[in-house]
Amino acid sequence: MSFPKPQAIGHRYARSGVAMRIQGLNILLLFIVYIFRYIFIWLFFIIFAFSSWIPAFAGMTNRKIMRLNQLTIKQASELLKNKEITSLELTKACLARIKDTDGKIKACLTVCEKEALKEAKQADERRSQGETENLLGIPYLAKDNILTRGVRTTAASKILENYIAPYDATIIKKLREAGAVLLGKTNLDEFAHGASTENSAFGPTHNPWDLTRVPGGSSGGSAAAVAADMCIFALGTDTGGSIRYPAAFCGVIGLKSTYGRSSRFGLISMTSSTDVPGSLTKTVEDASLVLSVITGVDKYDATTVNAKTPLTPLLKGGLDKITIGLPKEYFVDGTDQGVTEAIDKAIEDFKKLGAKFKQVSLPHTKYVVPVYYIITPSEISSNLGRFDGIKYGLSVMKNPPQPPFVKGEEKADLMSIYTKSRGQGFGPEVKRRIMLGTYALSAGYYDAYYLQAQKVRTKIKQEMDKVLEEVDCLLTPTAPHAAFKIGEQVQDPLKMYLEDIFVAGASLAGLPAISIPCGFDNGLPVGLQLIGKRFDEATILKMAQGYELATEWHLKKAGI
Amino acid sequence: MLLSKQEIQHIAKLARLDLTETELEKYGGQLSNVLNYIDQLKEVDVSGVEPTAQVTGLTNVLREDKAEDWDKKEIEQALADAPEKEDRFIKVKRVIE
Repeated sequence: MSFPKPQAIGHRYARSGVAMRIQGLNILLLFIVYIFRYIFIWLFFIIFAFSSWIPAFAGMTNRKIMRLNQLTIKQASELLKNKEITSLELTKACLARIKDTDGKIKACLTVCEKEALKEAKQADERRSQGETENLLGIPYLAKDNILTRGVRTTAASKILENYIAPYDATIIKKLREAGAVLLGKTNLDEFAHGASTENSAFGPTHNPWDLTRVPGGSSGGSAAAVAADMCIFALGTDTGGSIRYPAAFCGVIGLKSTYGRSSRFGLISMTSSTDVPGSLTKTVEDASLVLSVITGVDKYDATTVNAKTPLTPLLKGGLDKITIGLPKEYFVDGTDQGVTEAIDKAIEDFKKLGAKFKQVSLPHTKYVVPVYYIITPSEISSNLGRFDGIKYGLSVMKNPPQPPFVKGEEKADLMSIYTKSRGQGFGPEVKRRIMLGTYALSAGYYDAYYLQAQKVRTKIKQEMDKVLEEVDCLLTPTAPHAAFKIGEQVQDPLKMYLEDIFVAGASLAGLPAISIPCGFDNGLPVGLQLIGKRFDEATILKMAQGYELATEWHLKKAGI
Repeated sequence: MLLSKQEIQHIAKLARLDLTETELEKYGGQLSNVLNYIDQLKEVDVSGVEPTAQVTGLTNVLREDKAEDWDKKEIEQALADAPEKEDRFIKVKRVIE
């Protein structure tokens, strides 16, 4: 849009003998225009220069220095409460950041701008009526295996490319009630099968710290989005480390609560016995704020437990009564030196905060990955049976085979609808896991693989529970190394499975665990994991927050 | 242990997956590799150990067996994702000849 400048109009009139016949009046008019212009310019300059002293403008200049999308939940909710910002401004800042950076990072699969702006306005309306919940008006992103009514949910799979869920997952419903604003859906390994987000049917997500590297997975889109400040927080799911592992790679906080703390209803099921929804946040306090909203018994998930134990970290009293266990099986060769050094330094920092350390042993740790990769594919092969090309999702029924027919395929019978829809709709890793699980559960192999794995799982769980009677929590690295290059490990499924070595144990035992940033290895974030007793999130949150207040790793931002 | 092509084909059939020749070959090698690694589970003594299917300790969580009505819009949304339907029904291919 271009308008002629007032100056140009003035000059045109000045030179027009028809419009302004009297030269003197002409000059007078010009003079008045110039005077007013000067007054306006000076007025703006004065207001701008002194704006930080005037409360009404303070927010405006601060916002320019610290962009709204960089805020934590705690900071944003304070500003919202004090009416210094609106949810609409906050939401717009996040949407603008997504537009600016997501072309490079590719964290989002769907951005629902229209719905987000509407929800933000509703949140502002609720605030103006006196509501003050912490998450009211806070914009977030959700991993795309969590159902959102009316907004596409793909699980990063071609088989669900155009799927729109008719209902919300319980955790989404709870966030909606609390007034949080859904910005969109994030990338993941297809159906959460993976540790790098490279298994997405829509292409990999890039790590904001180094775009040539993976963000970890499977909640890689959520972790990268939080690290790049595209949202205030994000939701993920953790089946065998899928929140904690990408949190470590992206330098953010990833919390997986106790199995049964939060409802799985509306999560696209992967491994029902270990799936747990959780958060990726910028601070530990934010993690406990999200948990306090999404937790609770749900009649739609019979495995949710009515746990009375507190959720918020009780920081008073420091860490001097805490004993941390160091399981020797988690401190072995094969972990990168940069990671070991960062963890050692963190242990020293915890000691300075008053925590005591004790060497412990979990001898069945080496069986964690083999057990996980029997149980998980088995449950996957069963859970993914629902994708049949009949009820929803990609279906060859829309384009049945036409003559001339290939051998033995004279017509599109029911069986071929199943096999072809699934064959075309699922990606390589999903097929691999379905095959592995089908094999482990098939006649003649069930006892040797599945039953044996379930029994070894009992031993792993008992062992962890027993050690946690001696200590308050466990400290381990989250991953044996920092983020690896995109494409480096795709050809070797077994190597990728071994990435879960430090994170899958807490999943099999159903224990709460958190990953927090604890340093850098060659410029890439390193994560530290704290594993707590069942339903004792409070202790690991207290430990993590105590460490966070004493260090500044969580404040470091990727330069993107 | 190396899975034969016939075994892979059999598993694919049980799993209702239509696999290409290349996929059959690739999965043969990869699955054998993973299973070889998993085989170390057999060395664990599990005599007298009960299997763990879930970890909460909950048993028999019951509720009333009562049908809950969906609202009309929800039903429409749920049916909207089906590839072929007739009125309120999802169409499938003939099962019995």
